[in-house]
Amino acid sequence: MPRILLLFAHPALERSRVHRKLIERIPRRDGITFQDLYERYPDFNVNVRKEQELLLLSDLVLLQHPFYWYSTPALLKQWQDLVLEHGWAYGTAGTALRGKRMANVLSTGGGAEAYRRDGFNRHTIREFLAPIEQTASLCGMEFLPPYLIQGTHRMTEADIEEAARAYSKMLEALLDDRVDLQAWRSAPSLDAIRPKTEPAGARS
Amino acid sequence: MSGGLLFQAFVYLLAAVVTVPLAKKLGLGSVLGYLLAGVVIGPFGLRLLGGEGQDVMHFAEFGVVMMLFVIGLELEPNLLWRLRAPILGLGGLQVLSTTLVLAGIGVAAGLPWQAALTAGMTLSLSSTAIVLQTLQEKGLLKTAGGQSSFSVLLFQDIAVIPMLAIVPLLSTAKTSAAGVAHDASGLSAGLPGWAKTLMVLAAVSVIVLGGRYLGRPLFRALARTRLREIFTAAVLLLVIGIALLMTQVGLSPALGTFLAGVVLANSEYRHELESDIEPFKGLLLGLFFISVGASVDFALIGARPGLILGLVGGVVAVKFAVLLILARAFGLSQDQALLFAFGLPQVGEFAFVLFSFATQQGVLAREITSPLVAVVALSMAITPLLLLLNERLVQPRLGTREGPRREHDRVEGESPVLIAGFGSFGATVGRLLRANGVETTVLDHDSDRVDLLRRMGLTVYYGDATRHDLLHTAGAERARLLVIALDSPEKTLALVHLARKHFPQLVILARAFDWADAHDLIEAGVDHVYRESLDTSLRLGTDAMRLLGFRAYESRRAAQKFLEHDEESLRELTAQRRDVGYLSAVRRRIEDLERMLRADRDQPGLSRDAGWDAESLREEFGRKR
Repeated sequence: MPRILLLFAHPALERSRVHRKLIERIPRRDGITFQDLYERYPDFNVNVRKEQELLLLSDLVLLQHPFYWYSTPALLKQWQDLVLEHGWAYGTAGTALRGKRMANVLSTGGGAEAYRRDGFNRHTIREFLAPIEQTASLCGMEFLPPYLIQGTHRMTEADIEEAARAYSKMLEALLDDRVDLQAWRSAPSLDAIRPKTEPAGARS
Repeated sequence: MSGGLLFQAFVYLLAAVVTVPLAKKLGLGSVLGYLLAGVVIGPFGLRLLGGEGQDVMHFAEFGVVMMLFVIGLELEPNLLWRLRAPILGLGGLQVLSTTLVLAGIGVAAGLPWQAALTAGMTLSLSSTAIVLQTLQEKGLLKTAGGQSSFSVLLFQDIAVIPMLAIVPLLSTAKTSAAGVAHDASGLSAGLPGWAKTLMVLAAVSVIVLGGRYLGRPLFRALARTRLREIFTAAVLLLVIGIALLMTQVGLSPALGTFLAGVVLANSEYRHELESDIEPFKGLLLGLFFISVGASVDFALIGARPGLILGLVGGVVAVKFAVLLILARAFGLSQDQALLFAFGLPQVGEFAFVLFSFATQQGVLAREITSPLVAVVALSMAITPLLLLLNERLVQPRLGTREGPRREHDRVEGESPVLIAGFGSFGATVGRLLRANGVETTVLDHDSDRVDLLRRMGLTVYYGDATRHDLLHTAGAERARLLVIALDSPEKTLALVHLARKHFPQLVILARAFDWADAHDLIEAGVDHVYRESLDTSLRLGTDAMRLLGFRAYESRRAAQKFLEHDEESLRELTAQRRDVGYLSAVRRRIEDLERMLRADRDQPGLSRDAGWDAESLREEFGRKR
């Protein structure tokens, strides 16, 4: 069973419609650690030792956040700057994170059609995530396609409720090892694949 | 029974150690505890003390001298200047009118006018020792009533000097009024008036100039010897020396040391002086109170209970009335006026001196002074009781009401936050919470502030926040947070214990003053401890770094990390600290500082963020090229 570290970054959760519902549905069970970064470090004073410990105890790191200016909220960037130290996360001696996996869970106001080469934003989500992808890769982690919740500006309460339920199911599936890794690697996004009903087997 | 000095010391100390904590626990205050201790061991209690009570009292009066030195140290000259109107106006009028009223009653009762005037003057004085000690313990010294009390007491201490000069004149019944006004040097040992005046002026200038120009280099030299006891000895020497000098020129020793204290208030050794003299002062004052308790002549009271109790009642009532009228005339609000009037109606310790002096001079007969001495002692003994009466019975009815006004549209006692103490610290917390729509309930004991806050629409309970019933009516059962922003560490700790015991659901956020308090609070089980100057001093440190050329964010990060490290070492050291045992407060602060500095030194990562440091990167990738 993969251990999940869910790093959550939202500077104004009290005003969020989507993420508040999403995190309500996060399974409360062994194997998943929920770290609310803006709640933990309101003054951007990230506790480096503590965060490194949490990373060491996990197999899959999920970065859940709204998509701000095609990137993460500022604190998640601060987290990267401070926690992924040279000699620990990367560099010749930096092997702590090797073999772990990383993916984003992100929401965008615009719909999926806006994130195409010919769309409004002229780049795909995956292209926008290049810095994080390369960060993961430099640290020896496998970067996997993101879990996307898109078009949130037009979502109704019922839509949000539905998205939260789906997200919850996916997390359960990840924890139960019911997500086929090959399928995830080749899918455009994690939300597009359908988890199996039985555990994926020894090879994940 | 009294077998030698050590046995006496044992009896006094035992009585104090047993009764005072008991009295404090019962909410009676330490002064009443000492007085009770005196009664218990005195000739009418266990008879552990004999006739030496008077001598002991005489010796212990030196505690009052020391107290005035400490008060002087805490008083900067500009504060004294600001208080000149209440000192001269309020104090002068109090002494004058009380003297006249009491002397009038005396004359009406058939005393010769000289005797009546002497008795009136003497009885007009109040007890600096009891009042200041009690007000300080209750944290009321800074309120309007407390400041006025202080001013009046100061004036009275000064007024003792002319009184001592006037008394001998009254013994020669023929002296004209003009003579009284003119010759204020009746005490001088055969010196003409002008020489006497010169001597007084010279003595005062010796204190002022000596304190200003000699005190500092002297104390610096002594401090450099690093012999603590020599420093202490020097402070005692200073106080005793001034007392002797003052006695020589016929001035009050208390006044002299007070003056010396004021002069030294601005020196950098102020706190050392204070902490050195503090234990002596405390013990001697305690001894003084004990001897007052022991000197209450229950035989005399028993023989003529009507007369004595009538006199006590009469004197206290007259003084009370004068005080209340004057307080209102000087614009004190009702509560503060009541505090003032209930605080000062006793007769002070100088009465013992003045009465014995007047008897020597033949102004007052012994038949008059001995009941009056009993009256003085009794009036002092009931002072703490009067203040309690004021606090528990009078104020709740007449004064600022304890609970807030009921408003129809608000459910009382439903706010989630209780704030104890609304000085600048508590007020900032309260304002932040209110600005964000959080209802708060305030507990405060400054009636003027309470009135203002109520006018502004806050829910305020008036009184001592360490009282269980007040916390209860303020809704402590239903609140979630208790913010303690009281002015004294002792009160804070008392409230913590009370809340832990009776309202365990309350999360306590407490203001601490320094490391020592923070330690105490953590040991008492408080999770959220805020050292009041910590954040501010770190901000100052941050700005200092910036002014020295550090980048703004580097300075900010340094402060953040330092704060974290400091909190951590505070908690670590709390455990170690218990092993050290009892040390004096000053010693303890020094040891704390030493440990902090050591902890800083052993913490290498305090000045840099590895994540933003390219040093190791340059080493690794630079070498490859």
